[in-house]
Amino acid sequence: MTLKELGIGKSGRVVSVGGEKALRRRLLEMGITPRTIVTVRKSAPMGDPIDIYLRSYVLALRLEDAAQIAVEEVVT
Amino acid sequence: MIIALAGNQNSGKTTLFNQLTGSNQHVGNFPGVTVEQKIGALISYSDVSIVDLPGIYSLSPYTSEEIVTRDYLVKQRPDAILNIVDATNIERSLYLTLQLIELQIPMVLALNMMDEVYANNGSIDSFALSNSLGIPAVPISAAKKQGLDELAETVLNAATKKTPPQRIDFCSGAVHRAIHAISHTIEDHADLCGLPARFAATKLVEGDELMLAALGLSDNERHMIDHIVSEMETEMDTDRESAMADMRYQFIEEACKISVVKPHKSKEYLLSAKIDSVLTHKIFAIPAFLAIMVVMFTLTFGGIGAALSRLMLIGVDALIEIVGNALVLNGYNQVVCSLIVDGILSGVGAVVSFLPIIVTLFFFMSILEDMGYMARVAFIMDKPLKSIGLSGRSFVPMLIGFGCTVPAIMSARTIPSEKDRKMTILLTPFMSCSAKIPIYSIFCAAFFSKMQGLAMGCLYIIGIVLAVLAGTAMKKVAFKGMPGPFVMELPNYRFPSPKSVLLLLWDKAKDFLHRAFTVIFLATIIIWFLQSFDSRFNYVVDSSNSILAGIGKNLAYFFTPLGLFDWRIATSLITGFTAKETILSTLGVLSGVSAAELPNALAGMFTPLSAFSFLVFVLLYTPCAATVATVKREYGSWTGAAFTMGFQTGFAWFAAMLAYQIGSIFV
Repeated sequence: MTLKELGIGKSGRVVSVGGEKALRRRLLEMGITPRTIVTVRKSAPMGDPIDIYLRSYVLALRLEDAAQIAVEEVVT
Repeated sequence: MIIALAGNQNSGKTTLFNQLTGSNQHVGNFPGVTVEQKIGALISYSDVSIVDLPGIYSLSPYTSEEIVTRDYLVKQRPDAILNIVDATNIERSLYLTLQLIELQIPMVLALNMMDEVYANNGSIDSFALSNSLGIPAVPISAAKKQGLDELAETVLNAATKKTPPQRIDFCSGAVHRAIHAISHTIEDHADLCGLPARFAATKLVEGDELMLAALGLSDNERHMIDHIVSEMETEMDTDRESAMADMRYQFIEEACKISVVKPHKSKEYLLSAKIDSVLTHKIFAIPAFLAIMVVMFTLTFGGIGAALSRLMLIGVDALIEIVGNALVLNGYNQVVCSLIVDGILSGVGAVVSFLPIIVTLFFFMSILEDMGYMARVAFIMDKPLKSIGLSGRSFVPMLIGFGCTVPAIMSARTIPSEKDRKMTILLTPFMSCSAKIPIYSIFCAAFFSKMQGLAMGCLYIIGIVLAVLAGTAMKKVAFKGMPGPFVMELPNYRFPSPKSVLLLLWDKAKDFLHRAFTVIFLATIIIWFLQSFDSRFNYVVDSSNSILAGIGKNLAYFFTPLGLFDWRIATSLITGFTAKETILSTLGVLSGVSAAELPNALAGMFTPLSAFSFLVFVLLYTPCAATVATVKREYGSWTGAAFTMGFQTGFAWFAAMLAYQIGSIFV
């Protein structure tokens, strides 16, 4: 499953991060590394981007980029 | 002594900078880029300068902010780095810290917002954290001025004693071995370039192309490095970038386990989430945004700003009258009077009367930015701007462009990526500014009286559509392949710091006045000169004999394909460069009619079709002198400003020509 498909209000554990070089590097730097727990909070009024909660802060990213992040759902 | 202030965006870096330096700051640009550089003297230590570096999350080579910071730290080697981190968000903040430590420059960690950590029953053992990282760590609250004396003392101490960070090894296992091996291989090259070997080696493990190029390695050495890295990747069963990021975060998590007690979710976070449940709500978000913008625009262009602007104008007019009378009474000749009154005072006066509007607008803008609302606007409005290669961050500057292009371009500075900033600056002049409204309304009343509203609406839409086209073209040509992922932190809402807001206003006002009295001053004098003298440099009373009119007559050929045959039109467009409102007054003066008779006079100069072509040209052609000066300031060079002028004028000429030629087929 990818972060894009995870669904609002759901949490997941990051499995791997893909995408083009600069994007991928940025996602990793912002703390989306394997085993990190992320929670999808909401999507913007026009459906894109989404905002997620991880490592005690909130990050906004686009759906196309969220589709590059593989996660497994965690039931909290 | 130089101290570099580094940290993430939203870490409170600006607040700390303002607290440490007071109002004793000056702003410039880093050479060659539109990245701002602020320098200030440490309070009560006039020989200690603090350099405020851009807010960044990493030292990777992807954005100009990161490259500028890296180059600055490596080449200028400041005496110490003061790294500020948001203690409520410490894991991600320390990611940059670990990279800064590798530079082996004396360094101190400022743990900001500790008051919030304590208030939420959290704690950070700064002593234990300092031990793990090998650099001193000082808990502070920049907003509440807590711990700042101790911080200053610690930084000065580190800088004087030149104590480098005590630890550089944050990795274990395969990554550690790879860094170590590469570090040995490149040591000599790194020394030659004045780079810390350790930092260079880590960057090579990460696959950093800039670093690879800078070191000037032989093919043999490159192969060796590739071999070391691929061995590491095989052993770890992952790729180089993921391996490094993972390793750093693992170290950070371990260090935090020992020293940090994290509150579950802070009060500030919960409050922010509540506010967000309205301000980024699926249905309410856009109405709320529009309401906030309407209030801001009404107060700026209709209320406070406009009232102050009128007062300013009354003051300027009074001054003009007093000075004019005084000059005449003292028997100065006509030319000197005209230069001072018509040239300098009216020209600069017209521009200075914008000042209250700019200051009022920035007052609201900086409050919204400091509170964290601008990041939400970017979040809400990202989708429509994504298609032209921009992000939601460009929305507000472009919106302000409908009021006045000058503050719009100045506000583009808050956009975090340089590529987006440059594109926003180029596209904002397409948003029709309010100075063009009088021109539109007189022309629409004179030529399109049955559909005035529609005609005006059309002009605004033409501007927006052409901006989209130009943006799409730029994305494909000029800014091709420049990465700019939209991955943005949404910070907790905070109360804005009055000191930061006031300093920003002071800064913007100073900046604008400086420009008014240099570039704009010069531009008005040149236009006045051209308008007041003939080609034999004799002073003329009737400006239709002036050099300017001569230029207008020659330029009329250039405007023929646009259906604008009359030399008076070309002349008015030239004077429009000082301020767009001047176009109408020039047309009036050259036709020898008063403002009330102008619509009738226009009917003799234009057909409805050429009037439309004229309006399209006015909508798009070179922005006014104040805007060009602002573009120059933001780009840090005349190239960008000249490009904007040429690009806009060329675009305007083609659009108006097409409008006229296609229109002629039907009319």
